Amino acid sequence: MSQSAFLTAQGLNVKLSGRAVLNDISLSLSSGHLVALVGPNGAGKTTLLRALAGLVPSTGAIGVGGNALASLSLRERARRFAYLPQGHIVHWPLPARDIVALGRYPHGATDPARLTPADTEAVKRAMQATDVVEFSERRVTELSGGERSRVALARVLAVEAPVILADEPTSSLDPRHQIDVMKSLRAAADKGVLVIVVTHDLGLAARFADTVLVLSDGRLVSQGAPVEALSEQVMAEVFRISAYRAEYQREAVIVPWAEIQGVP
Amino acid sequence: MSIQNVMATADIAARRRPGVLAGLVVLVALLALVSLGIGPVRLSPVSVINALFGGGSDVQQVIVREIRLPRTILGFAIGAILGLSGAALQGLLRNPLASPSLFGAPQSAAFGAVLVIALGLADVRSYALPVAAISMAFASVFVLLAIAGRNAGLLILILAGLAISSLAGAATALVMNLSSNPFAVLEIAFWLLGSLEDRSFRHVMLALPFIVAGAVILLSQRNAFRVLSLGEETAQSLGVDVGRLRLLVITGVALGVGGAVAVSGTIGFIGLVAPHLMRPLIGHDPARLLVPSALTGSALLLSADIAVRIIPSTSDIKVGVLTSIIGVPFFLYLIRRERRALAGGVA
Repeated sequence: MSQSAFLTAQGLNVKLSGRAVLNDISLSLSSGHLVALVGPNGAGKTTLLRALAGLVPSTGAIGVGGNALASLSLRERARRFAYLPQGHIVHWPLPARDIVALGRYPHGATDPARLTPADTEAVKRAMQATDVVEFSERRVTELSGGERSRVALARVLAVEAPVILADEPTSSLDPRHQIDVMKSLRAAADKGVLVIVVTHDLGLAARFADTVLVLSDGRLVSQGAPVEALSEQVMAEVFRISAYRAEYQREAVIVPWAEIQGVP
Repeated sequence: MSIQNVMATADIAARRRPGVLAGLVVLVALLALVSLGIGPVRLSPVSVINALFGGGSDVQQVIVREIRLPRTILGFAIGAILGLSGAALQGLLRNPLASPSLFGAPQSAAFGAVLVIALGLADVRSYALPVAAISMAFASVFVLLAIAGRNAGLLILILAGLAISSLAGAATALVMNLSSNPFAVLEIAFWLLGSLEDRSFRHVMLALPFIVAGAVILLSQRNAFRVLSLGEETAQSLGVDVGRLRLLVITGVALGVGGAVAVSGTIGFIGLVAPHLMRPLIGHDPARLLVPSALTGSALLLSADIAVRIIPSTSDIKVGVLTSIIGVPFFLYLIRRERRALAGGVA
């Protein structure tokens, strides 16, 4: 994996208001992989995502596509990382299409009403991939939670960046929409994008991810293929739970089952 | 619905905007003509146009070109920059209740100007006045945004704005309190009410460069406001330097509002009202609201300035008083409408 690594971090440390949130994270991730980033609340998952995109100051070295992140301008970073934050916030009731078109902003498309043909195509592709074409003129505030999350995902896909960083894209969605979103991200990965997804849903992580990274207290404690990274020992030590493990239609099934009592 | 249909409806929506813009331009032009024609000597729009371009009697020319034109230009420019500043602040803070007057910017600018006058540092027509006003306006908006921090809710912004405008008001009162010259105090008190009366081209030259500079800065950032609709963090991830944007907006608002206050005193609530009047027509896109809000601000201030000349009264009504009397109930109405968001801010 390391010879084709697209995104690397070496000795990454992040301090937020004096508190160490990430400690000495080193990782090396390849294009075309869907990576699930899991860990208990407060483990530093969101911070790691932000640090990789350069949205929070960090020490250590981050490399993306052979460039040091620190050497890239804001716009160059924006073209490499498409970032989907939690909550899909949109502060004004804008039409869905305009929101998706904001994904072209890093490419110089500052006005959704004046897109170049290439930008228009990218917006179309993204809206088709997430099946939001039918409400492209509707205001995002009028959409249901599931529809809004798909619009947010389309905005991220429209960047057509080599790396997608998605922070809990499936939280607060019904099961069907969770699968929808994960399938869209899986499809992006299959087209060669490196997709990193923060999630609390170990079942989705086990099923859809190529690689699982387990964070605990700001440290990377386990990584690898889902079944190995989420071993019984890791589940017990990090999450303090036991899980039901099986295989269904040749895919790994992990269902969190019972909490483990006692002091670790 | 096919993609073609979707793109077509987007085009239709885009086509309404030029119509609204053209309507606003015509409205502002008409109001400017009325404003030039109204006063002790009433002139018809036709004779105003004549006089403007060198026709009509000498008296008419003097009245229109030398006495009334500066007032009309200031009404247009100050209304525009107030509307633009309101729309820019609402875009920056993603908050429909943001406006220069609610943040204490004009009050602080007035304090800066009053300080200069009271200390006898400069006379009322020197550039020290707008510079002092701009500095204090900059300081007030800067402090407000620093206190509010990132992603501030409505309540924090409004409380901080209230505190800053109260402080600026108290500081102004203190300056007047300590001033030994009662005439200067009276002069300042009336000036603070906000007026465009008896302004000359000297005043226009004093304010206009700053207003234009402020407007250029704010308009240059218009597309960043749209990206900010997604929140600061996402905007940053899309390549918007949010820290720089904040500084530019503060600078633009301070230049515009400071320059305006230096010649007109405090004229409030136009920045709050103008974007709200435009949203039902133009939509909520903060980038597209800037120019229409500026034109609406012009129309509002020109109308208010015409109204104070028509309303019969024993002494002159100041235009700043009128805009506040209309603006405050509108603000209360907005609070009522935003009640849920405000309540949500507490939880």
